[in-house]
Amino acid sequence: MDGTERPVLEVNGLSLAFGGLKVLNDVSFAVPQGSVTAIIGPNGAGKTSIFNCISGFYRPKAGHILFEGEDIGPFHPPRRAALGLARTFQNIALFRGMTVLDNIKLGRHAHMKTSLLDALCYFGRARREEMELRREVEEKIIDFLEIDHIRNKPVASLSYGLRKRVELARALAMKPKILMLDEPVAGMNREETEDMARFILDVKEEWGVTILMVEHDMGLIMDISDHVVVLNFGQVIAAGKPAEVTANPDVIRAYLGSGDVEALRREFRGEAA
Amino acid sequence: MRIGTAKQTYAADEALFDTNVQRAWMGLFIALCVAFPFMASEYWLYMACLVAIHVISVTGLNIVTGFTGLVSLGQAAFMGVGAYAVAYAETKLGTPALLNLLAAGLLTAAVGALVGIPSLRVKGLYLAIATIASSIILHFIFANWDSVTNGVKGVSVPPARIFGVELGRPFALYFLILPLAFLSVLGAANLFRTRIGRAFIAIRDRDISAEVLGIPLLRYKLMSFALASFYAGVAGGLWAYFFRVVTPESFPFVYSIFFLAAIIVGGMGSILGSILGAVFMTMVPEVLKIGVGVASPLLSDAVAVLSPVRTIVFGILIIGFLVFEPHGLAEIWSRIRRFFHLWPFKT
Ligand SMILES: Nc1ncnc2c1ncn2[C@@H]1O[C@H](COP(=O)(O)OP(=O)(O)OP(=O)(O)O)[C@@H](O)[C@H]1O
Ligand SMILES: [Mg+2]
Repeated sequence: MDGTERPVLEVNGLSLAFGGLKVLNDVSFAVPQGSVTAIIGPNGAGKTSIFNCISGFYRPKAGHILFEGEDIGPFHPPRRAALGLARTFQNIALFRGMTVLDNIKLGRHAHMKTSLLDALCYFGRARREEMELRREVEEKIIDFLEIDHIRNKPVASLSYGLRKRVELARALAMKPKILMLDEPVAGMNREETEDMARFILDVKEEWGVTILMVEHDMGLIMDISDHVVVLNFGQVIAAGKPAEVTANPDVIRAYLGSGDVEALRREFRGEAA
Repeated sequence: MRIGTAKQTYAADEALFDTNVQRAWMGLFIALCVAFPFMASEYWLYMACLVAIHVISVTGLNIVTGFTGLVSLGQAAFMGVGAYAVAYAETKLGTPALLNLLAAGLLTAAVGALVGIPSLRVKGLYLAIATIASSIILHFIFANWDSVTNGVKGVSVPPARIFGVELGRPFALYFLILPLAFLSVLGAANLFRTRIGRAFIAIRDRDISAEVLGIPLLRYKLMSFALASFYAGVAGGLWAYFFRVVTPESFPFVYSIFFLAAIIVGGMGSILGSILGAVFMTMVPEVLKIGVGVASPLLSDAVAVLSPVRTIVFGILIIGFLVFEPHGLAEIWSRIRRFFHLWPFKT
């Protein structure tokens, strides 16, 4: 990343409060086009809240969110989704009453045209659109994420790791311009984490999608991110390349508590290798 | 054992009936439906028409409550709107029956969308109460808007006429009601193969994340209410042609509970469940009545003794479903199917 390209997403002076509790305080950062940008910070720092503001689920008290240069503040969540802001959720939000395939197809909703009347008749427009979607989901998403074997299963029967993968699939079906992943590898074993890292990099490189992710796994962050934003108590305390950020003593203190700073630094370097 | 189900194309995989065996069964079922009026007595034709009207209404209620998760206790009142619309059109305007039914559906859809507005704010029991309140208002209108509804006296409806043919007796009405029930079910089944149906289910399962994934809640909740009400309106219109008199008492509140019970017994969020639920709720009391009739020669004052028993048995059956088969008759059906697909290799 050379940092000269226009950022696809810019957050300026974002503040959010619940009653008296200040959750975000003047948060600003930019997500460069084509980057993997990571937001890190201790539990309760406000990372998920930033995602919720960007998706339009929380209304910030102050600040602006610019997507491709446009202030999306007044837009409702579905409109933001239609613009290409896709996300996954920290505590997996799949639809239990649907199969894996239907969950993935649902992601395309905002880009489809089938009207109620088309849907009731099915033959004609609805069918054409559904078939096109099915082909694309099968060829581009299900094959890519290696979930062929579970496509007709109800999501309730899946393991945690697979559910995370299905959520990624659904987000990819949203035709994302920016993909927001909230702790994509939390609770995964080593192998699942490596698969997920590979998928994220492929999405970035082959699909050309910008990635914004929240993650606690420092190994993964050092491996795949280009740009890191560190959040503590709702404030940005550092931002930059992964190596710069993890060398910052403020970050180490905030993020990892007041332990043996040198040992923690070694841990970062070890995991990054 | 079912073999040869590996799919060749996505189109085949997305079909409603995906095997030839299923298609053959469906063909047989339709043939039976066509032959039925020529074999059945007036009584059974009457019951078939009533079941088919209920199938339409229950399918509609299942769309909003079973698939979209918005509890509605207004389905009977919506049927009333449709019935009055047909009664008005027949007596005051003299427009053709099919047009009247369509108009009844559309008018009821508009009323339903209006009644559905609270669903944007409240869910579950609160929404149920809001829909009850709306049905009370509708009943008040039925009883008091004299110039349109003729007040408590009600309206007599002339028989439906389609292309000059008068559909007076159940035998003739059967050929209007059954195809419409068939189309209603087919439409609902189609709906859940498209983005609209998926949006409804997403709203039921997690409405907040559905919104973030691109589904405008306002539009889809109201759409679901409107569609369910459209079904109720058509069912109510057919009801008016079937019973030929519409009064404020025709659509009591317990009738709404009857429909809710039907989707629970049949299977919430299941098209097949809507059909099975409607059949069960309509037919079981009749079957029990016949049982009482059979027993009456054997027992002195059987009717006096067994009639209350009949009601109690019906109630117990419904409770039994809630407790032992919360997924309804549709689930029992799919268990039986699974058994035969694997039989004789696994039981
Ligand atoms: N809807 C809400 N109502 C009240 N408080 C909230 C709400 N959402 C978040 N908070 C509070 O905001 C703070 C930040 O929460 P957030 O979920 O953004 O943290 P996070 O950085 O994602 O943490 P974690 O790493 O545990 O996921 C917490 O103190 C949380 O309790
Ligand atoms: Mg979080």
